[in-house]
Formats: sequence, structure tokens, C-alpha cells
Amino acid sequence: MQNKSTHSDRSLAYVDALREGMEQEMADDPQVFVFGLDVDDHKAIQGSTKGLLERFGPERVFGTPLSEDAMTGVAIGAAMAGMRPIHVHIRMDFMMLAMNQLVNIGAKAHYMYGGQVKVPLVVRSMIGKSWGQGAQHSQGLHSLFMHIPGLKVVAPSNAYDAKGTMIAAIRDNNPVIFVEHRLLYYTEAPVPEESYVVELGKGRVCREGDDITIVGISNMLMEALRAQEILQDAKVSAEVVDPITLHPMDIDTICESIEKTGRLLIVDNAWTRCGASAEIAAQVAERFGGQRAIPIKRMGFADTPCPTTPALEDVFYANPVTIAKAAHTMVHPEDDGWTPNPEKATLSYQSQFKGPF
Amino acid sequence: MITKTVPSATDTVRLYRTLRYIRRVEEEIARIYPSDKIKSPVHLSIGQEAIAVGACDPLMSEDFVSASYRGHAAYLAKGGDLKKMMAELYGKKDGCAGGKAGSMHLIDMPNNVLGMSAVVGTTIPVAAGFALSLKRKAEGNVIVAFMGDGATEEGCFGETLNFSSLHKLPILFVCENNDYAIHTPSSKRWATDRLCERVATYGMPAVRIEDGDVLAIREAATRHIDNMRNGGGPAFLECATYRWREHVGPGEDYESGYRDRNELAAWIEKDQVPRLGGMLSTDEREAIDAEIESTITEAIAFAENSHFPDTNQLMAHVYAE
Ligand SMILES: Cc1ncc(C[n+]2csc(CCOP(=O)(O)OP(=O)(O)O)c2C)c(N)n1
Ligand SMILES: [Mg+2]
Repeated sequence: MQNKSTHSDRSLAYVDALREGMEQEMADDPQVFVFGLDVDDHKAIQGSTKGLLERFGPERVFGTPLSEDAMTGVAIGAAMAGMRPIHVHIRMDFMMLAMNQLVNIGAKAHYMYGGQVKVPLVVRSMIGKSWGQGAQHSQGLHSLFMHIPGLKVVAPSNAYDAKGTMIAAIRDNNPVIFVEHRLLYYTEAPVPEESYVVELGKGRVCREGDDITIVGISNMLMEALRAQEILQDAKVSAEVVDPITLHPMDIDTICESIEKTGRLLIVDNAWTRCGASAEIAAQVAERFGGQRAIPIKRMGFADTPCPTTPALEDVFYANPVTIAKAAHTMVHPEDDGWTPNPEKATLSYQSQFKGPF
Repeated sequence: MITKTVPSATDTVRLYRTLRYIRRVEEEIARIYPSDKIKSPVHLSIGQEAIAVGACDPLMSEDFVSASYRGHAAYLAKGGDLKKMMAELYGKKDGCAGGKAGSMHLIDMPNNVLGMSAVVGTTIPVAAGFALSLKRKAEGNVIVAFMGDGATEEGCFGETLNFSSLHKLPILFVCENNDYAIHTPSSKRWATDRLCERVATYGMPAVRIEDGDVLAIREAATRHIDNMRNGGGPAFLECATYRWREHVGPGEDYESGYRDRNELAAWIEKDQVPRLGGMLSTDEREAIDAEIESTITEAIAFAENSHFPDTNQLMAHVYAE
């Protein structure tokens, strides 16, 4: 069933792919419902829940009070009772209020209660960036959830995967933390109209190359693809891998790529310490340990909270130039003075983003 | 008994000046915003100023305020530095947090304005922590903790009320009830609107003030704060109000359909800025207005002329020395 139809003539934005995935599952299964702050207002979570209220009514699409902790418990209870809730947070930062219920109940109920209950829950949230989102509206906190047995974590980087993993997450019988990125919302990809599943736990090679493997997570996959293009100017051939699901992680696909390239650069949309990049690096080191020395480097947020001023935000994030430079240095350690053409530096979809939100 | 009494003739002047000052600062922010010089989400208090002004009026400089991301009004009403605020909105190094805060996390510790937070409700217990320390110091100082109506739905709101009442903390909770959390009216979020009754069960006085009347707010705040300065414990004010602009950003949003412009019309009639202005002579009012304009012009020039922080500031302040 996986990737049944990767080819489609229709180009769809990430935000619409998310919506379509939810809509098709809601049409198929009356137990699926969407709730969370502001899912039913006219802005419809930047458009990702648009039209769902009109089609499915207020019993299946409803806003909530500002009570994330309790609402997460409600979602877990409803899931245990046989419903399939999709709980939406407009920022991942707000999931910190959902932590107790998710970690202490949602993640463990199936195990702790000896398999008597299950929690088929999807928790959607968006990572913000730019226009002064700052310390509390831009955090990529996926690794906190990756740490917890019983939770699955998926972070699609494009519209095709957004729809396919959304459908997979809704059908999954476990709590799935669904990580979106604000700046991906208007990026387009070919997306089939029919329902399809992108299997959780399977990654994908997005660009083939020989010299270095670059793993990009969420929005950083897009930055890595641009870096890959920039690197072609310097005759460095990078293979770009999208893990898509962060837990369970498809380490085989990553390691197969490394078998070929011998080098690994991981770029996360989060801090590196104890992060998804640390997990990937550790698993790769264990896999190749004693057999082959693999140079590994990680990039992510600067080791600080996110500043609001663009002057500092610019140096907080990895970008195609810093990624390309790092990859170049790994491939050609003897020549680390290479600097890419700055014209190629900015991703057009990023420079288009304008606030306030 | 520690009280703050000011002759009432100057009350009007002072209240008008602060109301008008905040209104004009935010109108200027809205005017500048389309130039993209302010790359920060701004949550304007235009129309809601009377609450910050009335509740902060009885405060002494040693008292504190805490507020949400919609905090320009509280910051300015408590005497926060306008130049540093404007520079912060511009992301400049002379901003109150050197460009790390933006509009949503304003702070001015020299003037006892606590740092604001963009995560709804988070500052409520933090304010109670300050109140705990004020109680220990026993110098009769208090804190005013502002919050929106939506913030009262978070668990930490009720938890903090209970703790504050249990410990008789010198904290005045002020709910700026503009009836909306983003686009959702309280009728879709609250099973009942009896907020003050809910709060009163924690064992503190809880009063609702209907019309955004700055004098009534000031009077109630003064009464409770005086009591608190003498060990009376916390109190709660629910102040009905109305947000004139969109939830975030400089514009209006009446065309989007979630609320009716008629709601605004009713509140424009109750606007406290012209009301207080009307109590002054034209000469008096014009003098105040002119002074405000020059203060604001100076602050904008300060922000424009300040530089962006050096990139080495990225790593500063992750840990305290
Ligand atoms: C914990 C949390 N949940 C959700 C949000 C998103 N959010 C930002 S402002 C807001 C509404 C808050 O309404 P209210 O407390 O009434 O304050 P107002 O904006 O009306 O001043 C929401 C839901 C947030 N910032 N923090
Ligand atoms: Mg409100």
C-alpha cells in the first residue's frame, strides 16, 4: 500500500494536503474528529482545517477552551473509548502543556494496562519561524517525544508526505505526534487525489549522490535540497535523505546511503543536543562501529533560545549556505575556504514569508 | 496604613495623559507596521487602555506589574521605558531585551515591569511568585497581574488563585475580558460567564467592572491594593473591554465575519480617551497632546537610529553568570 501512487499531475500545497488527508479519513471513518483551539474559526489553522466544519459539522470539528492539559486527557480518553481524535496545536510550543497527559498516560496506557486499551490519537502541531516568532513560538521539540516509548513521531517535509503520513497516523492505533512546519505550508508537490498511505517508519532518498549523505528533518530537508544544488557548483555530489518518521526511525535507509557515501551530515530543525540528530548519529555509529570510520556532523538551532530580531535569528538557524559549506568541508577537509554563491543562498519560499503570523 | 492619595484635580490630567499616551504609541506602531521595520507580531491594546491605566494608577514605583503578550499598555502604564520598547520592536540592540524579546516578551526590570510571555497564562503563577517574595519583604508592595479572558481557562489560573489566597499574597489579578480569545467568543469557551463567582470561591474579593470606566477601575484597584498592602490578601478584577483591532497585527478584522462592527460602535461611545480629555480645558489637553507627540517622535527616532545587535549577542545570556 505504501507509496502506491507517487506520480500525480496535480500539484498541491502542504497545507491543502494535510487538510485533504484528514478530510478523506473523516469521510471514511465516523470515529475520526478534529478539535483544538481555533480549528473552527475562519483562519482554520492557516487553512489546514478549512471546510471541515462545513462538511462534517460541529460535533466532529470543534474549538476548545484554552485548556491544553485537560483537552489532551479528553483526547486520550476518547481514543481509548474507540474514537480517533486529531488534536491540533497551532504551535508546537503549546504542547508543553500537554506533556503530562501524553507522556504519563497516552504513551503508556497500552503497555501499562496490559494491552486492554489503545490510544489511536494524532496530535498535530506546527513549528514556527521568522517574523519575530521568538523563543516561545518557534521551538522544534520533536526529540522530547522521540524519547518516550509508546509515542510515534512523524515530521513530513513536503505535501506528498504530509497527506500520506496524516492518513497513516490517523489509522495508527498509537498516539502519533505529527510535526508540521509553518514555512512548509505553501510549498507544493504532486499529490494524488485518492487516499494513500506513506507508511510510518520508512524514510526516502530524495536526491541521489556519492560523496556525502545529508539527512534533513522537517523544514531542514528543503534547506538540504537547496544545499545539494549549491554543492553541485563545487562538484560535490550529495545524497539527501528524508527520514520522514523520526520514531520509529528508518535507520536502514540512512545507513544504506552512508555505505555508498561514507559521510553523514544531519541537519535538524531543532537543537542538536539529545536531539533527533544525536539519535541518528548514535545509531549510525553503532551500526558502523569497528567496521568503518564515518565522519559525522550535526547542525541545528544555535544552542540558545530563539531570538526575535532578524539580526540574530539569521545566525540561529542552519541555511543552505551553512549546510553546503559544512558538507563541502567534510568532503574536502583540505579546502574549507570554499564559499557558495550568495545569490543561491535564500530559499524563495522563505524570503516570501511575511508576518505577523 | 500605606495608601497613595493624590489630589483629584491632577487625577484627571494624569489619567488622560497615560490613556492618550498609550493610544498614540499603539497607533504609531500600527502606522509604522506596513513598512516592515517592526518584524514582530504585535497584539495591540487599542480600546483596552483604561484597564492598564486604571489598575496601575494606584501603584508606587516599587510595585510590580505582569502582563501577557498583549502587554504594551501595562508596560507603559507602569512607567516602562518607551524608547527601549520601540527599539525592541525594531529588533535593535538598545531594545529592552537587546532584540531578543520583540513585542511579545517586553520587560523593564528597572521599572518593575516583569517579562511578558507568549504562552497564554504562563505569567500568572510567576506573578504570584513575585507576590510571595513581596510578602516576605513586608514592605507593603504589591503586584498587579494582567491576563486575558482566555487565560482564565488554563489550569494554572485556578491553581494560582488557590495558592495566592491560601498564602494571602499581595496580588491583584486583573482580567482584561474582551470576550474573545483570538476569534472565539467566550460563549463558545465558557459553560457560564460567572467568572467572578468562580474566583470568589477561592476566598478573595472578585468584582466585575462593566464599561471600561477608568475611574471605576482605578477606584476598585485602589481599594483592593490598599487592603493588600496591609496584609489583606489577593483580589480579582474582571474588566469588560473590547479589542478594536485584529488579534495580532495592526489592522481591523471586522470583514472576516466572526464579529460585528456594531460591537465596536458601542465601545467607541465608551472610549475613555475622549471622555477624560473632555474633562480638561482645551489648552490643558493640547499641551498634553503635544508633549506626548514629541515623546513618541523621540522614541521612534531612537529606535530608527539604534543599531541591530552584533551577532556575538546570540550566545549572550543563555546562562546567568
Ligand atoms: C498555551 C497557549 N495556547 C494557545 C495559544 C495561542 N493563543 C495566543 S493568544 C490566544 C487567545 C488568548 O485570549 P485571551 O487570554 O482572552 O487574551 P487576548 O488575546 O484577548 O488579550 C491563543 C489561544 C498560546 N499562545 N498559548
Ligand atoms: Mg480575550
